[in-house]
Amino acid sequence: MSAAPQKVKAGAEKIDVTVSAVVQLNELVTRFEFKRRDGKRFPTFSAGAHTVVYMNDGGTQRLNPYSLMSDPADTETYAISVRRDDQGRGGSLFMHNNVKVGDKMEITYPVNLFSLDLRAKKHVFLAGGIGITPFMAMIAQLERSNGHWELHYSVRTKALGTYVDQLTTTHPNKVNIYYDDQSQTIDLGKLLDGQPLGTKVYVCGPKGMIEWVHKSAAAAGWPDTSIHSEEFTAPQPGKAFEVRLCKSNKTITVGENESLLEAMEREGVDAPFLCRGGACGQCETDVIKSDGEFIHRDHWLEPEEQGKKIMPCVSRFIGNSLEIDR
Amino acid sequence: MSKFQFPESIQSRPVYGTLEPRPGKYHLIIADAEGAEAILDLSEQDATLMANAHIIYIPKGSKLGDRLKALRPAQYYEGPSYQAAASRIERVLASAHMGTQIYLTGTEGLIGQAMRDCINAGLPHTAIQTEHRGSVARRMQCVHCKGITEDVITDPFECSHCGLNLFVRDHYSRRLAAFQGVCIDAEDPGNVPEKVELYK
Repeated sequence: MSAAPQKVKAGAEKIDVTVSAVVQLNELVTRFEFKRRDGKRFPTFSAGAHTVVYMNDGGTQRLNPYSLMSDPADTETYAISVRRDDQGRGGSLFMHNNVKVGDKMEITYPVNLFSLDLRAKKHVFLAGGIGITPFMAMIAQLERSNGHWELHYSVRTKALGTYVDQLTTTHPNKVNIYYDDQSQTIDLGKLLDGQPLGTKVYVCGPKGMIEWVHKSAAAAGWPDTSIHSEEFTAPQPGKAFEVRLCKSNKTITVGENESLLEAMEREGVDAPFLCRGGACGQCETDVIKSDGEFIHRDHWLEPEEQGKKIMPCVSRFIGNSLEIDR
Repeated sequence: MSKFQFPESIQSRPVYGTLEPRPGKYHLIIADAEGAEAILDLSEQDATLMANAHIIYIPKGSKLGDRLKALRPAQYYEGPSYQAAASRIERVLASAHMGTQIYLTGTEGLIGQAMRDCINAGLPHTAIQTEHRGSVARRMQCVHCKGITEDVITDPFECSHCGLNLFVRDHYSRRLAAFQGVCIDAEDPGNVPEKVELYK
């Protein structure tokens, strides 16, 4: 814990921005660049950080976290790359269909839940699809300090290989691309074998890929603390449920397509959050009383805490009654 | 019996566990004195581990070296002191790969120094197994002259460098691999409590 006083409460504090560029990278992925409206500079961030983008989608407020993928040393511009998810809850579709250059938006201060461990002797990055975004910033940061890294990046096809050309041109000897449609896969066993002591592995991609890396590394005798992973869980829709908020003295209904956290925000309840993806622990809330079944979707609570606590950003409830301390 | 249960103390004080076999391609075992008994116990749990093990042993007068050799580790080294083994340990760690399991056992001084060198080589300290065996003597740093005194067994003790009377604290430095010794009679020079053997 740092003893230094925090000037801004990360996550909660917002920055007013203007969309300065919208660059379509391929059929699915578009990059959005932001500049500050007050003309000041952005704070530098540590690579791996994300920002939460506030979207006003026809009266519905959507807040989605995206990894900052611009150079962390660039304080003029922040950039995110968004993959369109046609089956998603609408945030990425809103970004793709509605956001234009010149639009005024709000984003949060950066929060880092996936930082580089700078004690590492070597950094091995494993990316699947849009999981490339945090590594774009990490590579920029490490290049500046002459860091020892390599990237193994799995993409579906050449056409959908976001930033593949840029990466292979700039770092031909450090970047390895694997094309699914050519049946190329990361040979993880070989890759883990023979890495020097003090190597850290970072993985960002689909849930299955993250589990695969953790499991394979454990079997090869790697300490789990040497494997860093980031997975944002988007809140899944579910049956509507009612919840009593004790501190606010309110009873609210969480709709099918919103999370408990979003429902509280809609009702004007000041609920804490950082990642909105079940990873950071900031929104942890005590359960006062419950009669029913929890659907825990977070990566935060220990099994014995589940039911005594709930993570409103991703978890839901089915049953007769729920009372939480908020 | 070479095992000793340390009383609970401040958070800074290292705590030790019991060695257990873990999956890995290579097993680096560094031990001194009665630490050999912990290696014998480890080998009893999984004798196959020795085929890929490197034992670095500092007997400090113990006669258990032959029994360790009889476990037929892939590599075996015996030396008179940690300092004597240090260049070998440095060489082994520099060429080691991820998937190496580290086992440290014996006195606190040995465990601490080997732990420090493994951390410097890039391993997270939580991934290194330790088991205390044998003497409860400590490696102490004098916070005044910064000199290190090995195998301190009484509290207070005299700094082997500057001669100050030092109080044995549980305050530990992972970086220095030493407990901190603080002058006990600074306010009232010469008023030094009688020496007591540690944990007696």
